[in-house]
Amino acid sequence: MHELSIAMGIINIAKKETEKANKTSVELIELEIGSLAGVELESLEYVWETAVKNTVLENAKLEIDFKDAKAECLECNTIYSMKKMYDSCPKCNSYFKNILQGKELRVKSLEVI
Amino acid sequence: MCGVCGCGTDGVSINKPHQHEENEHQHNHDHDHDHHHHHHGDKMIIDLERDILSKNNVEAARNRGYFEAKNIFTLNLVSSPGSGKTSILETTLKDLKEKFPFYVIEGDQQTLNDANRIDALNVPVIQVNTGKGCHLESDMIYDAVKQLKPKDDSILMIENVGNLVCPSMFDLGEQKRVVIISITEGEDKPIKYPDMFHSADICIINKIDLLPYLKFDLEALKKYALQVNHHLQFFEVSATTGQGMDTWYKWLETELERNKQKNS
Repeated sequence: MHELSIAMGIINIAKKETEKANKTSVELIELEIGSLAGVELESLEYVWETAVKNTVLENAKLEIDFKDAKAECLECNTIYSMKKMYDSCPKCNSYFKNILQGKELRVKSLEVI
Repeated sequence: MCGVCGCGTDGVSINKPHQHEENEHQHNHDHDHDHHHHHHGDKMIIDLERDILSKNNVEAARNRGYFEAKNIFTLNLVSSPGSGKTSILETTLKDLKEKFPFYVIEGDQQTLNDANRIDALNVPVIQVNTGKGCHLESDMIYDAVKQLKPKDDSILMIENVGNLVCPSMFDLGEQKRVVIISITEGEDKPIKYPDMFHSADICIINKIDLLPYLKFDLEALKKYALQVNHHLQFFEVSATTGQGMDTWYKWLETELERNKQKNS
């Protein structure tokens, strides 16, 4: 259950940024999470409510921008979408790849008041 | 951090062997409650694009800088529980401790058992108990290193909490990550838990002495692991019989030398 650590990381960032802006709470928080980021969205949502209690995020709306994974084949340069880390290139079947997208784990933006 | 209410690092205790175990969950601070004044019509949007793990990553970078400055070669040992991380450590320390100065950080949710096993070999060790936490984080290593005070030109072995999922996401500032799998587990572990195998530098396959008694397809394991991470290098060992351990020692010595060149 490292999702709780993830939630705490998000809260830390939100708290610092809200204070920096001289605001008191967050209305909307936008996250960017890739399909290969190692975060179970259900687990994150499960811990979210408890984790944000009594923080600047308590009443914030949580929006998650989920990114599907994409890779570039290192053998034939084909760019393909992948579901799993071990998906091979659909053109040449090679496993050698450079992951272009899908490892995102970011706070994209905050709407503070 | 505390896995129950998420209120900081209260659940974590860092102990030398045979110290009193401070594993009671205590809250000796006030919870920081934010105010809830809502100023309507005064909205502000902050664009951040900030990595959620940035705090851990920054602290890991600080650890790494410290290790480089002191030429301490640091390894992060990860595996599921029972793969033999501690046994591999014990055998390695027994065989090499006269040759190189070793230090160990043990990570477990509870008990000083592993630290006591390392302490019995007269190797300096610190136990980090994560309480409810399922992995080590870089600030725990920072605190543990402060107590452990490793000498320059030494090797620091960090044995992570037995867990094939969560530790993969948390950089500790190590130079190399070592994933250990034993052949009493399934050969498809690398594709069941790809993140860990993807983030590792080498893979030690333990309990190889049991191969004649098990239906285990060693080549299938390697094939799966390489599908996830084509850089992985394999070492087939038995920590119990010592079989194959010399190939892992050789890697350790080569990397140690390479690390020294890099840091000098």
